[in-house]
Amino acid sequence: MNTMNLLNISGSPHAHDKDSVRKIMYWVVIAMLPAMFVSFYMFGYGAIIIMLTSIISCLLIEYLIQKFILKVPVTISDGSAMVTGILLAFNVPSNLPLFIIVIGAIASIGIGKMTFGGLGKNIFNPALVGRVILLISFPVQMTSWPKPIESARQITDVITGPTPLAIMKEGLAKGESVSHVLSANGMENYLNFATGQMGGSIGEISAIAIFAGALIMLFRKIITWHIPVSYLGSAALFSGILWMVNPEAYVDPMFHILTGGMMLGVFFMATDMVTSPMSPVGQIVFGVGCGVLTILIRVFGAYPEGVSFAILIMNAFVPLINNAFKPKRFGGA
Amino acid sequence: MANLKTFNKGGVHPHEYKRAAAKSIIVLDPPAQAIIPVSQSLGAPSLPVVNKGDIVKTGQLIAKGEAFISSNIHSSVSGKVAKIDEYIETSGYRKQCIIIDVEGDEWMDDIDRSTEIKKECTLSKEEIIAIMKDKGIVGLGGATFPTHVKYMIPKDKTPECLIINAVECEPMLTADHRLMLEKGTEMLIGTKILMKALGVDKAMIGIENNKPDAIEHLTMLSKEFQGITVHALKVQYPQGAEKQLINALLGREVPSGKLPIEVGCVVNNSGTAFAVYEAVQKNKPLIDRIVTVTGPEVKEPGNYLVRIGTPVSILIEKSGGIPENTGKIINGGPMMGKAIPSTEVPVTKGTSGILLFPDLQSKRIPMLNCIRCSRCSSVCPMGLEPYILAPQAEFADFEGAEKHFIMDCIECGSCHYTCPSGRPLLDHIRLGKNKVGLMIRNRSTKN
Repeated sequence: MNTMNLLNISGSPHAHDKDSVRKIMYWVVIAMLPAMFVSFYMFGYGAIIIMLTSIISCLLIEYLIQKFILKVPVTISDGSAMVTGILLAFNVPSNLPLFIIVIGAIASIGIGKMTFGGLGKNIFNPALVGRVILLISFPVQMTSWPKPIESARQITDVITGPTPLAIMKEGLAKGESVSHVLSANGMENYLNFATGQMGGSIGEISAIAIFAGALIMLFRKIITWHIPVSYLGSAALFSGILWMVNPEAYVDPMFHILTGGMMLGVFFMATDMVTSPMSPVGQIVFGVGCGVLTILIRVFGAYPEGVSFAILIMNAFVPLINNAFKPKRFGGA
Repeated sequence: MANLKTFNKGGVHPHEYKRAAAKSIIVLDPPAQAIIPVSQSLGAPSLPVVNKGDIVKTGQLIAKGEAFISSNIHSSVSGKVAKIDEYIETSGYRKQCIIIDVEGDEWMDDIDRSTEIKKECTLSKEEIIAIMKDKGIVGLGGATFPTHVKYMIPKDKTPECLIINAVECEPMLTADHRLMLEKGTEMLIGTKILMKALGVDKAMIGIENNKPDAIEHLTMLSKEFQGITVHALKVQYPQGAEKQLINALLGREVPSGKLPIEVGCVVNNSGTAFAVYEAVQKNKPLIDRIVTVTGPEVKEPGNYLVRIGTPVSILIEKSGGIPENTGKIINGGPMMGKAIPSTEVPVTKGTSGILLFPDLQSKRIPMLNCIRCSRCSSVCPMGLEPYILAPQAEFADFEGAEKHFIMDCIECGSCHYTCPSGRPLLDHIRLGKNKVGLMIRNRSTKN
């Protein structure tokens, strides 16, 4: 049999690992399911509608840009736009007017991702770009959070309120002590924060659900421990030092970790492959930078929450970090 | 065996798929026509010393390695030299080959063909190295570096330890595995001879833990051989790369750009140790080798002792023919082997396996943008950054690639294997190494 024209020729290796970009992205989606369930339980159908709108808009915008503006092959099935869509929804309140989330999707995919060349080329986390643009453009709508559980049971007249971080910031600004702010607002039981019973964005409220998703990603080797541990560790250390200096002026590290977008940022935003450093040491540097900046902004900045800004600022340093912290070479000096 | 040793950096674990592991070695008859390339080892091609029409015997010298890095080639068959002409070989190019029409199987008189095991060796170091050179012994792991050159130790270096590479970390291949089980004693005698040639009293044999029968067998046999120890290693690709194997066994790192002798080691493949036994004790040149023929849909996977110069098609025929949907045929292992363009390619000293891949497995996964997942650099056993090197080579920034240590790359392919975006990292890096190597050579000739 003459096989001359039938055989494929290519360079080695001829075997390939089973993982692919698509698999990675869909595993990230699976890892986000626990947080999605919690948000549905806490906020009801509003959360689902926001998430679906966000996903569909992100996919549609990527499709339109690839098909009609860039005129390149459409790659929306790789799952990355879907991940961005869910993460964007995770970062907004569940009663956000739908047109705003569509604008957020345009900002995330259009400005945050496709401007740089699409998948893998973006410098900043696309979902965070979208979130920050929305926060600056629609500050009122973006900071009125429905109360959990109550809002899930009520169709009209959604009761809104601030997040624990905002309550704390306001209280401390008025000169109240940390313990007074906590007790006056019924925030002594941190277990409520961990399970998601606090005001906040759709996906950020339950530390436990996010951690469950993080375990899935760690197990699937989508993320490594370096960024989460260094991020949480440095944030806890920095806020812990402040707390030990004056526990009545600075809230304890546990409060910082369980409230706001800390857990979501640590496990799902800062660990984004595209926008985080390559070497393990670089990832630790990046994580420490995120942790310190987050606490700096929360404690001394104008905004009660600093996770998004901290991660975006550190995203900008990634190329420098990659240059400065190389993997250790075998047989290198 | 809870804490098995392995190398310290990177690595992957592809599906092992050793279908032929339980298949005993089958000795194949000489082919009707042998096609023997004159370039079968690293270095300069050998020069033919026979002419068209000459009658040759099995084991007769037919091409001489004259250059420093070059090796002798012997006829693997007896018969008449039909022609000396270009013929397609593994690389896909046509290269000079000595083509012999086989008549009978008449061996050179001085070759001992009995199966009796000869243990004693009274030769000196220099005599052994001379025999290795004379009998055309090259590294049989796949790199085919002439073995005698490895044993020319620079004066300022002291060898401490011989390492026998019986790792067989490539998936699918089982040739070394079978050799250890069936020719273990001969291999150990060969190891002893190599120790003598190197002037050391210590040899370590590294075997991956997926071959427990070979580990047990050799451990038992090695009790008779003073100084030889057998070490089970954790399965991790590319443990068969010599720098990685040294690291796994001794914890030492061969410095960048240096040879194993820098840390007091010489590494030889287990197949090479067996070939050395045959050359020194039996006076037999390197004219045959064990080749694994396998693939997911091959009817009868097997291990064959086959004469150099046998067309691959004969091996495939013995294993049940080419499966209907075959899309790729590989000479070597799935990680480092070469895809061959035709089944008429002859078996050479470097052919460790012939793999037949179904069409579906023979195509690469679709390529996407790099998502900067950093898996390529985390699996790189040399601690390099393939995601930087590949684009540097692609866009001809060879100076930059040199600064990022492209020449350290051992071409194991772990980066490409693991890349979720299916980027052909090693293709680019290989090209880059070629260009950077040329650049370095030009620079040194100018100075």
